[in-house]
Amino acid sequence: MAVTDLTACEIRNAIQERRLSAAEAAEGCLAAMARLDPKIRAFLSTDPDRARRRAAAIDRRLAAGETVGLLAGVPVAVKDNMCTADGQPTTCASRILAGWRAPYDAHVVERLTAEGAVILGKTNLDEFAMGSSTENSAYGATRNPWDLQRVPGGSSGGSAAAVASRMVPIAVGSDTGGSIRQPAALCGVVGMKPTYGRVSRYGLVAFASSLDQIGPFGRTVADAALVLQAIAGHDGRDSTSVPEPVPDYLASLEAPVQPLRIGVPREFFGKGLDAEVEKVVREALAVYERLGAALIPIELPHSTDYAIATYYIVATSEASSNLARYDGVHYGYRSADHADMIDMYMRTRAQGFGDEVKRRIMLGTYALSSGYYDAYYKKALAVRRLIRRDFEQAFRKVDCIMGPTSPTPAFRLGERTADPLAMYLSDVYTVSCNLAAIAGISLPCGFTAAGLPVGLQILTDVFTEDRLLRIARMYERETDWAQRAPRIAEATA
Amino acid sequence: MSAADLVPTIGIEVHLHLKTRTKLFCGCTVEYDVRPNSRVCPVCLGMPGVLPVMNARAVELAVRMALALHCTIPDFAKWDRKHYYYPDLPKNYQISEYDQPLGVKGYLDIETSKGPRRIGITRVHLEEDAGKLMHAEGGGNFSIVDLNRTGTPLLEIVSEPDVHSAEEARVYTEALRQLAVYLGVGDCNMQLGQMRCEPNISLRLGDDAQGEPRYTPISEIKNLNSFRSVERAVTFEIARHREEYEADPAGYTLEKQGKSTRGWRDDEGISFLQRSKEEAHDYRYFPEPDLVPFVPDRRWVDEMRASVPELPEKRRRRFVTEYGLPEYDAGVLTAERTVADFYEAAAVATKDAKAASNWMMQDVMRVLNERKIGIADLPLKAEGLAELITLVKQGTINRNTGAEVFNKMLATGKAAGEIVKEEGLAQTSDSSAIEEIVNQVLAANARIAEDYKGGKKAAFGRLMGESMKASGGKANPQVVKAILARKLGG
Repeated sequence: MAVTDLTACEIRNAIQERRLSAAEAAEGCLAAMARLDPKIRAFLSTDPDRARRRAAAIDRRLAAGETVGLLAGVPVAVKDNMCTADGQPTTCASRILAGWRAPYDAHVVERLTAEGAVILGKTNLDEFAMGSSTENSAYGATRNPWDLQRVPGGSSGGSAAAVASRMVPIAVGSDTGGSIRQPAALCGVVGMKPTYGRVSRYGLVAFASSLDQIGPFGRTVADAALVLQAIAGHDGRDSTSVPEPVPDYLASLEAPVQPLRIGVPREFFGKGLDAEVEKVVREALAVYERLGAALIPIELPHSTDYAIATYYIVATSEASSNLARYDGVHYGYRSADHADMIDMYMRTRAQGFGDEVKRRIMLGTYALSSGYYDAYYKKALAVRRLIRRDFEQAFRKVDCIMGPTSPTPAFRLGERTADPLAMYLSDVYTVSCNLAAIAGISLPCGFTAAGLPVGLQILTDVFTEDRLLRIARMYERETDWAQRAPRIAEATA
Repeated sequence: MSAADLVPTIGIEVHLHLKTRTKLFCGCTVEYDVRPNSRVCPVCLGMPGVLPVMNARAVELAVRMALALHCTIPDFAKWDRKHYYYPDLPKNYQISEYDQPLGVKGYLDIETSKGPRRIGITRVHLEEDAGKLMHAEGGGNFSIVDLNRTGTPLLEIVSEPDVHSAEEARVYTEALRQLAVYLGVGDCNMQLGQMRCEPNISLRLGDDAQGEPRYTPISEIKNLNSFRSVERAVTFEIARHREEYEADPAGYTLEKQGKSTRGWRDDEGISFLQRSKEEAHDYRYFPEPDLVPFVPDRRWVDEMRASVPELPEKRRRRFVTEYGLPEYDAGVLTAERTVADFYEAAAVATKDAKAASNWMMQDVMRVLNERKIGIADLPLKAEGLAELITLVKQGTINRNTGAEVFNKMLATGKAAGEIVKEEGLAQTSDSSAIEEIVNQVLAANARIAEDYKGGKKAAFGRLMGESMKASGGKANPQVVKAILARKLGG
């Protein structure tokens, strides 16, 4: 069996038992990347030599009988909006950070490194994580491994496609309104957004600070749990990181949650939901029913229509502020010709940012302007509280909430680029999770007739990732979706 | 209404650097006069991905100052982002407090030449300072940015428009400085930019038809960095407002012209327009999502309030009433908290506030001034001074010997008792020994004694002097005096 067909847990065990070397694991993945990435374009930068040195160091430590970390020798990809001080660029897929090298490692990168993971490269994304297709990258779109004419979803499309195509077993991404779960669904992998505050944001280049959260990608629930184990926990450098204890996610994973009450919100099965996606998701719910779970119809009255409007005010307002620092003065891109300082600011930002980023900066700037603040930002915060209350009330009656992750399967490249609103509606089922700060996961639950993956979204209350993973695992054990590989990956095996 | 009746109405914004070891949101040290951009890190440089972490010490100092200004500490305060583009502000927003500051509704009592005044404090809030921009002189088309100061904790104190003269403006800002230094909240070295004053000046014009007061347009003078320039700039602005108003009574009103921002040229003694109302910024304030709100524990606030030391003005008055000190001495001894603490410890230990203040005023303060040192640097503690004072009080040594011992204490660091013992400086009060000395002096100076008996009172002093000299300065003068008086009188 090829290394690329192994899960992260399998690779980890094989390395620790010295059946496989970290070097072999890295070489297997690097070879797959060399073969596949010219077609998929999941990576913005790679550093094979550095990865080989890291893997060799892990092997030496194992040979010397030293204790190694949770992810010793396991190859991993990192979304390119997380800082790495290893000399690779951190671009956020934006021209405006051209030439910038982060002088420090993000908390997550520190954690992965400390646990022995071997970072193979930085993955593509929508510029500054703004988008749902990875088409808003200044460095070109990533392709969906199941159909190269389709998008992988976004914004963490590079990480999702890299895992789906088996170039790497695991990856990390960031999720502001669905940017892990939606590409996971469209690429047929497991993607998880932990509770806000579960994983430190230190070193994650901010898009919308009150919504951004880092989370794992894997082909299995166990792999997602393994990555979460490595990156979760309090970090004093992020004031919003919460000092809650981190349970042993892997130890409890096989224990089913019983009895299990599943909330099925009416709002997640409404207008705009693709019929095939609905059918596949309902079949998944039936699997849970067979396992003894109760399906309970619930209402989340503020959590679809209002959620999108609220999200695009909160997220763009925070983005307009977070992205103010890219001005050509201190680092990154600076326009070459300018008359004076103001002209330099304007040209730098006009040339450095892509259209979608500019659109969101303008929306957010408008929403925060004096005279509009109360009508937009303040109102959005009030609705956000109502959305949170929707979920608080729901979680008094049910253990989790389920529905489709995305209303449609992967769409064609270019299909929605001319219609921002249609693109925004890709996130209609995912944004409320970020607004409510709760935990969510997308796991593969089947395919459309055309062979495109469909994702099941499961949401649970804050800091219940252990239960969320166990609930996901209950379904995964009954199905074999995790074993399916896109043809492009099979051909190389 | 005549221009002479216009009442200056002034509110003052004061910014001061808090005395913390590190910056507000990162571990960089706060230092002045060091190599540019040598006290910076990704956080204060506003690099992509960084997050602020609130400096607990800065919050504590801010709350201490707010409490000393009699402010209410609300149960909830939050941080906000204030947006503007400038190269000395790497994030292009400043983390500040907008509508829910950590201290509100306080006051500060001041002493002016026209008597005591109470100045209301609108709010006290914490924010980060920006860096410094140096513009190339003469034709250079670039500027140099130094970000060492970026992220330095800054306390903003906004007064009510209760200040009505240039003198009050000066005295108020001086009193704020004294208070901040006294509390250890800030060093307030104005040359280093640790304290900046921004008076907002307007003249009250009397009431409109509805009985609402009318004003001349408000002018804010930015970044005044000496008390003298505060007084001069306010004087200048009051006169300028009067002139403008007299030239155009109908047009020169707050209603019509709003607020403008002005700079101050200290060398020329004039203010100049920087920004008019039309160019006012929209700062797009919104709550800082990277920080958690400040929700102080009530018990902690109560403890903080209890730990605020007695303020200089109150302590000065107490020294006058409780210890009977002259106003001037009380003022000198309370100007600095450490000096006041030193004095009070000596006064309590000796149970002689008067003697302690004499020693402080004549000896301790003289040495501090001569050596240009703070009382903490004095090689003598309050207990040491108290021991010396007690030795004089008990008659072990006399006052003159005491002054000598004081100098020796400073030079050697030894205790007073030790010096007196080692050098045999203790005066004798043994009356039989002294009587013997006096007998010898009278025998040797019979003529002088006769002079005294003949009515020449000054002769007594000479006999005192001779007796003291004969004792080597160690005889207790009170005992010598008594024996001499008995012998000559008898």
